[in-house]
Amino acid sequence: MNRKHTIIATVTNRVGILARVTGLLAQRGYNIESAIAAPTENPDIYKITLVVKGTEEQIEQVTKQLNKLVDTTKVVDISHDNNYIVREYIILKVNINRKNRSEVLELMNVFSARPLDIDKNHIIMELSARARKIERLIELMKPFGINEYVRSGEFAMTEDPRRSS
Amino acid sequence: MKGAKILIDGLMKEGVNTIFGYPGGVVIPVFDVLYSTREINFILTRHEQGAAHAADGYARATGKTGVCIVTSGPGATNAITGIATAKLDSIPMVVISGQVASSNIGTDAFQETDMSGIARSICKHNYLVNSVAELPHIIKEAFHIANSGRPGPVSIDLPVDVVNADLNNYQYPETIDLPGYKPVVKGHKKQIKKLAAAIKDAKRPLLYTGGGIISSSAHNNLLQFIDKTNIPVVNTMMGLGSVPYEHPRFVGMPGMHGVAAANYALMECDLMIAIGVRFDDRITGPRHTFAKQATIAHVDIDPAEIGKNVATDIPVVGDAKFVLEQLNEHLDAKEFVDWNSRISELKMEYPLKYDQKNHDKILPQYAIDTINKYIPDNAIVATDVGQHQMWSAQFIKHKHPRSFLSSGGLGTMGFGLPAAMGAAMACPDKMVVNISGDGGIQMNIQELATCAINNIPVKTVVINNSYLGMVRQWQDLFWDGKYSQTCLKQDPNCPQECKGPNGSCPKIYWPNLTKVAEANGVKGYRVEKPEELEVNFKEAFAQPGPVLIEVMVDKLTNVFPMIPAGKKNNEIIFGEER
Repeated sequence: MNRKHTIIATVTNRVGILARVTGLLAQRGYNIESAIAAPTENPDIYKITLVVKGTEEQIEQVTKQLNKLVDTTKVVDISHDNNYIVREYIILKVNINRKNRSEVLELMNVFSARPLDIDKNHIIMELSARARKIERLIELMKPFGINEYVRSGEFAMTEDPRRSS
Repeated sequence: MKGAKILIDGLMKEGVNTIFGYPGGVVIPVFDVLYSTREINFILTRHEQGAAHAADGYARATGKTGVCIVTSGPGATNAITGIATAKLDSIPMVVISGQVASSNIGTDAFQETDMSGIARSICKHNYLVNSVAELPHIIKEAFHIANSGRPGPVSIDLPVDVVNADLNNYQYPETIDLPGYKPVVKGHKKQIKKLAAAIKDAKRPLLYTGGGIISSSAHNNLLQFIDKTNIPVVNTMMGLGSVPYEHPRFVGMPGMHGVAAANYALMECDLMIAIGVRFDDRITGPRHTFAKQATIAHVDIDPAEIGKNVATDIPVVGDAKFVLEQLNEHLDAKEFVDWNSRISELKMEYPLKYDQKNHDKILPQYAIDTINKYIPDNAIVATDVGQHQMWSAQFIKHKHPRSFLSSGGLGTMGFGLPAAMGAAMACPDKMVVNISGDGGIQMNIQELATCAINNIPVKTVVINNSYLGMVRQWQDLFWDGKYSQTCLKQDPNCPQECKGPNGSCPKIYWPNLTKVAEANGVKGYRVEKPEELEVNFKEAFAQPGPVLIEVMVDKLTNVFPMIPAGKKNNEIIFGEER
């Protein structure tokens, strides 16, 4: 069954590591839905969170190939954990006017989306949530006219204190 | 100490005494150090591709890491085919390329190319050295990575300012710290037991072994295993030599041009013990049809190979040598009488054959088979890629590991001569033969001069059918005989649509390879008739230096047996009995 997997690769921070990881996936014919690379509590170690769609076998192959890279110290398909936290972040700019402004603000309130900037024609909001909730927000804001948005892509952490991702 | 000096010192600390390569602007500082380094024998090839293949051939013949040094830009890109060849066949190699100064990287400077970007996808690992302080560790790591676990090429891109920079208190590191790289060599005990139990229960077990046996030097352990269990073995082209061809349990090479008995055995076995192989599509055919009756056990040092192409029932991650040692402790003697008599039956029924007696022209199989008569037992045979390669795999009498050097995965024409050259440098006590086609030899023919000038005594046999034979064979069998651009004699006066030789073909084949050999200082022979073959071979193989023997063979002989692409292992075509 084709489904989304969230894979976290722990890597040594060396030049070109992101290109190495994403290049490997491209080379092996996998599509990356999103990729985030960011430093961790250890400045030499980066975590790359990848969302890749595929069958169990394909994803197993992806993790094995990633594990083979000399600069990766750990690769976890976190989707296999029962309890893990996934978040995505969005900044969204919506067209507003005097008439619908309060309706937009009300919806934002329901989602706990925070306003970042507002003028008489636009409102910019931010939200950190699960991807599904983000998609719902986009869907509900569409009728007002979305000016633009940026999404971070997903990143994740296991809840299990004995296991680090 | 200067970066260039550190590089050469590091190479020597890694035991390097032979380097192949070609100088250029940004690597002059390195060559300046080599100028006065007596411990290293530098072979100046005539093309960087030749240098990379030579380093590869050196590594294949010995198991030691092959080394080549090239310059930036075109030097580096010329080496790419050689690096990719080594990658696909898991050959340990360290390729050092010059790079423009760090401050110029990214400016499209003269002879700049993004080598670390290009190398990334064709190397086991690669480096761009940012500062001279990193250099000692990078050299140490590169050699460790290239020749441990599943071997492969490692590229080091070295900016000119780094080789010119000074490092105080230089010391070559004793240890390496690579937390992300720890190959598993010993097989998991539970899996070993599971495999041993499967062997005990099997009725028709088959060993399917490959290059992994050779790279881990596991051939003796494999022979022990076979002698104890009497399990028949098929050997991939990369594994040829690990079980001698005359061994009673040796079935042959399987795959597209493998022997029929080996392919039928793959279809009929009930337990497949795959060791150091990667279930290449040239062997499996459509994956869902492969070895349907068999429980599949797969032993490989690379966990990513297991389950990659074919679903595995008993995975064992580990080094072939260690795993075979472990297995040998768990096994009882077996006979598999019925199964082995079935295999003998298949071998008897489908021998490889050719019929020279009823042909005026030299048959390529006859030419290659006859080579066996004139080479010693420990000879090394390299090949190019194409029909002659398959005939060599079929007819050369492989007796030892590391004695058959061929570009298996990438299928690189032009590999044979430089690889043979590298092997000859590595093994001066052995005869090294290169079998090429007339297409492949022309792809790196410039290395004849390298052989002549350094007196590297490679014996090249060119099987000249004036065609790019393997492609022509496919056109013959699957493309209605339309020989599009596969005839090396075709000139502008030929009809554009030609379906084969006829009375109005151009009389002359260019180049005259024998003359090319002579012009390069290599003694040349040309053989046109079957009865002239032995006498010419006898004389040529007895020459102390390099020779080239051009054998003009029948133009349209095809390689059989053949499993057409996309067909199952038992859908073999045998073709005409030529």
